Amino acid sequence: MTEQAKHFWAGVRSEIPLLIGVFPFGMIYGALAINAGLSTSAAQLMSSLVFAGSAQFITTELVSQAVPGLVIVLTIAVVNLRHMLYSASLAPYLAHLSKRWKALLAYLLTDEAYAPTVIHYEKEGVRPFSHFFLLGAGLTLWTNWQISTALGIFLGAAIPESWSLDFALPLTFIAMVVPVLRNRPAIAAAVSAGVVALFAYAIPYNFGLIVAALVGIAVGTFLEGRQSPKGTSPSEEISSPRGMP
Amino acid sequence: MNIWLVLLLGGLITFGMRFSLIYLFGMFNVPEALRKALSYVPPAVLSAIIFPELFIRNETVDLSLDNHRLMAGLVAILAAWLTKNIFITILSGMIALLLLQFFL
Repeated sequence: MTEQAKHFWAGVRSEIPLLIGVFPFGMIYGALAINAGLSTSAAQLMSSLVFAGSAQFITTELVSQAVPGLVIVLTIAVVNLRHMLYSASLAPYLAHLSKRWKALLAYLLTDEAYAPTVIHYEKEGVRPFSHFFLLGAGLTLWTNWQISTALGIFLGAAIPESWSLDFALPLTFIAMVVPVLRNRPAIAAAVSAGVVALFAYAIPYNFGLIVAALVGIAVGTFLEGRQSPKGTSPSEEISSPRGMP
Repeated sequence: MNIWLVLLLGGLITFGMRFSLIYLFGMFNVPEALRKALSYVPPAVLSAIIFPELFIRNETVDLSLDNHRLMAGLVAILAAWLTKNIFITILSGMIALLLLQFFL
């Protein structure tokens, strides 16, 4: 197998556990969008034009309430602000790529593609073709999102709510975050972000998430600086991108 | 505004945010401090998503034993910590939740 294929399939594999949560989520979106009065084509195309789960759910909700289009667009912008964090976080690893690659990978940069990719980079560092990992993860998610949307549109909410399959999504994030918590600054970053997210929950449009993440990042960075002013903290080896140019 | 225009603008903005800093990155040198800060993005963002999913029931923080998602989440955290295996983590969390829902 070529290096490209190896990274690509590793990305595909990393995405499979996430699909347990994503697939029913996509079906629910499809069903809700139709109920909210979107046309079949608008409901389906939103999944490729916007391609962001929580923004799509909120758009659906706002369309059903006949909220003005400009407000909907602004809401999408705020809800997706966190993608700028992802963009910043992956930027150093993708810096050597062509503009076309960057654009393609940026289009595929959802929460569920970002999470396994950044973990992969932190473990393995940058190799010549490691961007194929994100391509594999992103395309897997994209394909499943389109199919599950279509199924949701045509079958309605087929999966009984009592199965609680939506819970698989936070569980997947737990599986990803726990192994990263290998030193005090990282634990402090996670706990402080989580607690702030609870307090900031009432802030509309997912904005609390951004505030919480920024607090967590600040706490982690501050503690790391205090532990070792010269930057030789134990976290260095695991949390900074290895093999970066 | 036409629904198609809403979707098109929403899509462009979303793409713009995903592309923004990846695109700009090559244009200036990233200070070491920023690079360090970026390494805390995954634990911070993931926890900020996880905590409300586990703790918040009916719009308020619910720390009671009746909060099945919190209990199942703790089981999953333990499983993740012990096994570092993504499937075992999801499976144990799902099983814990379903058991709690059916038997309590």
